[in-house]
Amino acid sequence: MAQITLIEAVTQALAYEMAHDESVVVLGEDVGVNGGVFRATQGLQEKFGELRVLDTPLDETTIAGVTVGLAVQGMKPVAEAQFEGFIYPMMEQIACHAARMRNRTRGRLTVPAVWRAPWGGGIRAPEHHSEANEHLFTNIPGLRVVLPSSPARAYGLLLAAIRDPDPVMFFEPKRIYRQYKEEVPDDGEALPLDVCFVLRDGSDVTIVTWGAQVKESLEAADALAAEGISAEVIDVATLTPLDFDTIAESVAKTGRCVIVHEAPKTAGFGAEIAARLAEECMYDLLAPVERVTGPDTHIPLFRLEMKYLPSVELVVDAAKRTLAAS
Amino acid sequence: MTIAAKFEIEYLQYLDAEGKEVRKDLPAFAKDLDHMVELYKLMLSTRVFDAKSIALQRTGKLGTYASCLGHEAAHVGIGSAMKPEDVYAPSYREYGAQLYRGVQPREVYMYWGGDERGNDYQKEPARHDFAWSVPIATQCLHAAGSALAFKIRGEKRVAVCTIGDGGSSKGDFYGAINIAGAQNLPLVAVIVNNQWAISVPRKIQSGAPTLAQKGIAAGLFCIQVDGNDIIAVRKAMEDALDRARNGEGGSVLELVTYRLGDHTTADDARRYRGKEEVDEAWAKEPMKRLRNWLVKKKVWDDAKEEAWKAECDEWMDNEVNAYLETRTQPVSAMFDYTFAELPADLEKQRDHVLSLDQKAH
Repeated sequence: MAQITLIEAVTQALAYEMAHDESVVVLGEDVGVNGGVFRATQGLQEKFGELRVLDTPLDETTIAGVTVGLAVQGMKPVAEAQFEGFIYPMMEQIACHAARMRNRTRGRLTVPAVWRAPWGGGIRAPEHHSEANEHLFTNIPGLRVVLPSSPARAYGLLLAAIRDPDPVMFFEPKRIYRQYKEEVPDDGEALPLDVCFVLRDGSDVTIVTWGAQVKESLEAADALAAEGISAEVIDVATLTPLDFDTIAESVAKTGRCVIVHEAPKTAGFGAEIAARLAEECMYDLLAPVERVTGPDTHIPLFRLEMKYLPSVELVVDAAKRTLAAS
Repeated sequence: MTIAAKFEIEYLQYLDAEGKEVRKDLPAFAKDLDHMVELYKLMLSTRVFDAKSIALQRTGKLGTYASCLGHEAAHVGIGSAMKPEDVYAPSYREYGAQLYRGVQPREVYMYWGGDERGNDYQKEPARHDFAWSVPIATQCLHAAGSALAFKIRGEKRVAVCTIGDGGSSKGDFYGAINIAGAQNLPLVAVIVNNQWAISVPRKIQSGAPTLAQKGIAAGLFCIQVDGNDIIAVRKAMEDALDRARNGEGGSVLELVTYRLGDHTTADDARRYRGKEEVDEAWAKEPMKRLRNWLVKKKVWDDAKEEAWKAECDEWMDNEVNAYLETRTQPVSAMFDYTFAELPADLEKQRDHVLSLDQKAH
């Protein structure tokens, strides 16, 4: 079986679902002949034709609104926002229509659509190409916000997102698009959208993260292990609706929690998890919750971007502070 | 001089303000006088419905309501030209078109009366139409997406959207007609130009002499129509729907009419427009000319008018009663339609809200 990267897993999932469900269509800018600027849709137009893999006019609002229309008519559109930083014009269609269509029509009309977007920093890209803004979507009711962090999870979660009867934002951490390969059987098996994944068991501290920071968090756990500290690492994967129980169970065991994400700190999704810990797990906590996040600034242009993104060292330091406090 | 492209915009009118035929080549449907009477009756019932809605709002039985006074020819013309299998994406005051497609007055009252069930149209073909779209022009892209779905599946169906003159300023409108042109989609985008976007007049929306010509840039067929002349509206719609259905491309129609009422019941149009302008618009309103025409053809008279009005009153009273008798949804309804299945995390929030509600009783 071939070993594939995260982005190849995205392509594999799209191809699988398009081959097995005629109502699945892909649309966006450069998704056709070019196969997407990151090649996520490579080869799909050749296989499925120009109508099912549709190059749209260069207008994000059009992509988002047409996606709503397609989905209401019973198609399962997978729209691509070329970069997360270009998703803002799509937000009106997503918030005002996709996410509330089922609710405002009492279930008469629904939007089973997926919006994919290469997400986050760290690839030395130009301005507006490195944003992490998942928190702008986690506060929209009726929407699922999903971030895969490995080839296998990208495949299984994208299949689940396409099959889900409601709209899903699928943010792909582009920094780890080609970070490593793993075996991902093309068996059409979806992963659940309502659970966090415990990637590493530990007993001293829980590291909660998602997206590309799973990489730093796992490396931090290795570094901590070398010093005799046992860290549990949780990939939240589906931010909303949140599987808080998995996080709570882990923190009940470790008594300590470090939340890691690259989006700005204030009102980032880490704030929600910290608040839930304070509300529901106060007496399990042995130390204050730590957050390792991007600062409340714009992500700098690429000469400074790695200073902005959470590093392994910062995660290790935060974990040690939770241990020093108790 | 070399000309790269040239265009002109046709203006279509059959009946003048008094109901005199300004051209003799009446379309086939207009020769069926029984059908024309049916259209007139629906225009009249729409007007009765509208007056009833405003009365309900003024007596505290309805929330904010957007009136359709003066748009009866435009709206009934659109609705009556469409086939059941077509899909309609309206903004929020096209009741004449929607009543034709099976939306019930009680549903309109429910929506403006603060109940989402008003959007759950029970009767076909309205049941497969879009619900009212409040964010301006966003529905144009839903129609374009629907048209794309029809094209992908090879269905001979057309998607129709309506926007106002203000709505034609928005990117969603331009995006919709643009992709319709690029992909040859069966889309009919209808600009119901009623001259006012709340307080902002038509001339502030665009320097273009017609709004119809916006479709030229998208490669669509464009026409400006007397929106108070239902024969012209219906003919332009039928032609546009036929072209779209036959794969000959989409259209932009500009129906020139006038918003005789306030923008909504929360608005007072006297703040920004004079009585003289409104009086002039009343002289051109759509009911009078069709009535004159039908009377001259001897298929309508005062007795019929009174009898139909009385029937409409009874119909609307029934609808109002059905609306007023509708019990408020249970509190859990705010959770029930957020997702297909209530996520566990949201279930906890629902239970909390329900427990508070029980305490309050």
